[in-house]
Amino acid sequence: MPESIELQVLRYRPEQESEPVWQSYIVPFTEDMSVLQGLQHIKDDVDGTLGFRWSCRMAICGSCGMMVNGKPELSCKTFLRDLLPGPVRIEALAHFPIERDLIVSVEPFVKKLEGIKPYIIPKEPRSLEQGEYLQTPHQLEQFEQYSGCINCMLCYAACPQFGLDPEFTGPGVLALLHRYNADSRDGGREERMQIVNTEEGVWSCTAVGYCSEVCPKHVDPANAVNQNKVNSAKDYFLRFLSPKGAQR
Amino acid sequence: MNHHRHAAQPYVRPMQGWWRRDPFFVRYMGREATALAVLAYAVILAVGLVRLAQGEAAWNGWVDALRSPWSILLHLVLLASMVIHAHSWFEIMPKTMPMMYLRGERVGAPAIRRTGWIATVIVTLAVLALAAWWPR
Repeated sequence: MPESIELQVLRYRPEQESEPVWQSYIVPFTEDMSVLQGLQHIKDDVDGTLGFRWSCRMAICGSCGMMVNGKPELSCKTFLRDLLPGPVRIEALAHFPIERDLIVSVEPFVKKLEGIKPYIIPKEPRSLEQGEYLQTPHQLEQFEQYSGCINCMLCYAACPQFGLDPEFTGPGVLALLHRYNADSRDGGREERMQIVNTEEGVWSCTAVGYCSEVCPKHVDPANAVNQNKVNSAKDYFLRFLSPKGAQR
Repeated sequence: MNHHRHAAQPYVRPMQGWWRRDPFFVRYMGREATALAVLAYAVILAVGLVRLAQGEAAWNGWVDALRSPWSILLHLVLLASMVIHAHSWFEIMPKTMPMMYLRGERVGAPAIRRTGWIATVIVTLAVLALAAWWPR
C-alpha cells in the first residue's frame, strides 16, 4: 500500500487565469479514503484556495459530482484505492461552464428542473376526509426508479448532446419529468408534454445511453427519455383522433 | 488604489473531439458510422432493382458485378458492419423500450437483447432458406 497518491486537479481562478490549468498535489493515502477526502485534505492542509462543492459525504446530496480520470463520478463514493497507483486526474463536471476550479454553473439546470413542475399536480381537488392515495405495486413500479434522482448532474456530464447544445433539457430533468408523468396520482401530464415534445425536449436525444451507465442511483434516465419519444410520437399522431385535438 | 476585480467569467470547455474522450462514445460513433454500411447495402439492392427493370442484359451485368472479388470483399466488410450495427442497437434496445411485463414480472434487459438476436437469426435463416430453395 502506497503512503501517498498524486491528485492532478484542473484549476480555474477567473481572477488570475484566462483558461484552466492542471495543478498537482501529493496527498497521504489510506485504504478507506474517497476522492472527496483527498480534496478535503488539500483544502484543509495544503492549499485553501481550492474550490469544490460537497455536503453529505454519502452519495445522497448530489453536490460532489466531478470528472475523475475522465468519468463522471460522485467524488464521495469514488475511492482512491480503486485508482492506484495514480495519478488521479480530477476535473469539473464535463459540459458545464466552470465557475471556479471544480465548481460548475448549475443555474440553467435548476431553471429546467423548475420548468417541469417536479411535484404532483393532483387530478382533482381532494379533501383530507378522502384519505390517502392508494397505489398498486404495479403503479408504484412505473415511477419508483425515476424518483431516485438526486440531481447530481453526472448524466449531463455523460451526454454529448447536452455538451453540444446546452438548451437540451437533458437526461436528469427528463427522468424526473417522467417520474411525475408516470405517477397514477398526477394530473400534470398535458402541461409537461409540451416540454417533452420540443426539439430541446426528448428529440435532442440520440440514444447514446451513457447517462444511464454513469447514474449513481440506477435511475436509467435514457429509458425515461426514450419512453417519452414514444409518448411524444403518440401525442403527435393521436391528436388527429382525439376530440381535444382540434383545439390545440 | 485602483484595484479592479474582474467579474467571474465561467469557462466553457470546447467540445472538439468529444467522441474520442471515452470508449463509450467511440462505440456510440461506431453505431452511427456503421449506419452508412446499412445505407450502402440498401443502395446496392436498389441499383439491382433498377437494373432488373431495365431488362435481362442489365440484370446479368449487375449479377456479374456482384461476383467480382472486390464486390465480395465489400460485402464481407458490409456484413461485419451490419453485425456491429445490430449488436450496438440491441445493446441500447432495453433503454429504448417501454416497461414490459410478462406474467406480472418486468421483462429485463438481457431478455430484450436476446429476443432481438433471436428475431434476427430467424429472419436471416428464413431469407437464406428462401434464396436457396426458390424455384429458378
